[in-house]
Amino acid sequence: MVSRQERQAVTERRREAMAVLAMASGSDLLQLWNETGLPDDAETLRGPETGLVTVRGRMGGGGASFNIGEATVTRATIKLPTGEVGHAYALGREKLKVRVAALIDALHQRPDLEARIEEKILAPLRTRLSETDAVRRAETAATKVDFFTMVRGED
Amino acid sequence: MYVAVKGGEAAIQNAHRLLADRRRGDRNMPAITLAQIASQLSLAVDRVMSEGSLYDTGLAALAVKQARGDMIEAIFLLRAYRTTLPRFGYTRPIDTAAMLVERRLSATYKDLPGGQLLGPTFDYTHRLLDPDLAEGAEPAAPETRSEAEEAMPRVSDILANEGLIEEDGALPENREPGDITREPPEFPMERDQRLQALSRGDEGFLLALGYSTQRGYGRNHPFAGEIRIGEVDVEIDVPELDFPLTLGRIRVTECQMVNQFKGSKKVPPQFTRGYGLVFGQSERKAMAMSLCDRALRAGELDEDITAPAQDEEFVISHCDNVQATGFVEHLKLPHYVDFQAELGLVRQMRREYEERREGADTERREAAE
Amino acid sequence: MTLDSIAIEGGFQNPVFDAQTIFRAVMKAMAEPGTVHQGIALASPPAPMTPEAAAIAMALCDRDTPIWLDPALADDEAVRAWLAFHTGAPLANTPADAHFVFSADPEHLIGLENFSQGSQEYPDRSATLVLQVHDLSGGEELVLEGPGIESEARFAPHPLPRHFTRQWAQNHARFPRGIDLILVSREGLAALPRSTRIISQEA
Repeated sequence: MVSRQERQAVTERRREAMAVLAMASGSDLLQLWNETGLPDDAETLRGPETGLVTVRGRMGGGGASFNIGEATVTRATIKLPTGEVGHAYALGREKLKVRVAALIDALHQRPDLEARIEEKILAPLRTRLSETDAVRRAETAATKVDFFTMVRGED
Repeated sequence: MYVAVKGGEAAIQNAHRLLADRRRGDRNMPAITLAQIASQLSLAVDRVMSEGSLYDTGLAALAVKQARGDMIEAIFLLRAYRTTLPRFGYTRPIDTAAMLVERRLSATYKDLPGGQLLGPTFDYTHRLLDPDLAEGAEPAAPETRSEAEEAMPRVSDILANEGLIEEDGALPENREPGDITREPPEFPMERDQRLQALSRGDEGFLLALGYSTQRGYGRNHPFAGEIRIGEVDVEIDVPELDFPLTLGRIRVTECQMVNQFKGSKKVPPQFTRGYGLVFGQSERKAMAMSLCDRALRAGELDEDITAPAQDEEFVISHCDNVQATGFVEHLKLPHYVDFQAELGLVRQMRREYEERREGADTERREAAE
Repeated sequence: MTLDSIAIEGGFQNPVFDAQTIFRAVMKAMAEPGTVHQGIALASPPAPMTPEAAAIAMALCDRDTPIWLDPALADDEAVRAWLAFHTGAPLANTPADAHFVFSADPEHLIGLENFSQGSQEYPDRSATLVLQVHDLSGGEELVLEGPGIESEARFAPHPLPRHFTRQWAQNHARFPRGIDLILVSREGLAALPRSTRIISQEA
């Protein structure tokens, strides 16, 4: 019997992995995928197809929600010969990236492949994403205003 | 009589061929690529995404190229494309407090947590045309500074601690946000629908209205409480999974305008707020939006409605540049039949006028004789 | 097979063309009330939803069209999950909020007046009901008259909601408001738009 905490941990790992796949650039993702040499053998249950999501914000930043506008999203659902079902959703219109992300989501659910996917695909993607963010932060930080207090008059 | 007019197919075809040629420009020069437009004219792309109401840099860059740089035409193209796609759902509201900030400033607090970050701004440039840029000189790489990550709470949350500022806008708990792309507008509107309309409204129109409030037409004493630009995560709930999915990140600009308010019968004197939130990097638009949002809350705050910027029906009905351009530009399409009818009417009225005048002249002559 | 798997299989083979075929069949059926249209692309939903009804749901329903399911369908978790995955349509809070209604047990369907009838200004905001019937020719014959019918049309769907001819007369009397019906069986689909009158019911 799997405990509730274990189930939650599995769900959280999957959620985080799917977020990494969605955030990754298509070229990074496809390159790492091709390097792993895992089989691209799956039944397509839906997509990959492009549509819209309506993006919401909150008035004042934290108040009632309202619709800002739409964004393009591509999604795909596939099923492995072994039965695992993989889903992927990502902003943009990169169908190949999203199909591969769905494959990875499905393969990641197989206990025999989970570690390999983690090591060969997810970990490198995470590193690239955090490096990009770190550069962005450092560039912005260099434009931070340091105020000097001017002494006026005599004391 | 209604006469249908047909013709001009060959002329139209050749005109579009000519358009394609003029858009290409000098064929001795390389054609501009979408990647170049998206990265080097990114603020034009951002404006097209914001007013086209569709976040997709590649499509917006294509629209800018296809429209030869005509922004409203590009916005129109993007809006038209958007109607061809199915809608998968609504996202969870984005959390601007958790933004990966690229620019952030407050005109009201000097020492706010997280600091003032100028980012890639035009502010403090001298607005002198740059001959080096004209010659294609490569700029220096950006300076970097490593700093410990610091939380950047919204300025409104800081002021709220003192109780001197109104809270973030609330609407009834169970209200499904109104959607102007699904329901025809009816006035009066709720603030959520107004904000959606303003967020895709024309920058020039909102800028002029915001300016009018500063010049006294519905004055509301604004301060730029905070402006922040950066990337936020977009998350959505889907039926097939029991956890929220992260779709990726989008860049947005948020403006919290803080306005002096002398209070009303129900509300003590305090600061009120106007809110701006737009796709991409566009602080002028976000600031103008927040000025207009505040002005349009006049009724809610028991203020007299005396100025155009406070008139909800006027502002919301005219802020959409796709609607506006459609109605203004349709005037150039053939109106031959309408005009023939008008011509007939004016001729008849002129005839009757001449007859009356002649009649009066005859009477006068007869009276004089 | 797990619920997860049932819920996401059985979509269209060719989403674009299949949906277009269904749309065309529904349009023709509405234009020629009472005629049966066959050869529609099918989906494979979990029972008790039928492939024909599911195909119509996939072609016409989406995130913007709340749907209401009769108890026979609503009580089936697999049906709800299948519709959610393939159409994205939310379930309506009340029958009156639904743009589309699906019934696997039309004989016990609540009265037609419970569904959205549209308004005088926007008669298009009414509900479209999709009824899964055993057949379109084995019931009592209905003789139809109205737009799209040259003299008269006949068909005999079975089973129908209780007191159907009386309910239909009331629905027709609300014109331009009123609901539209699509009837589906293994034979295909037929439609009864609100503009159609049932002039007699022969034994």
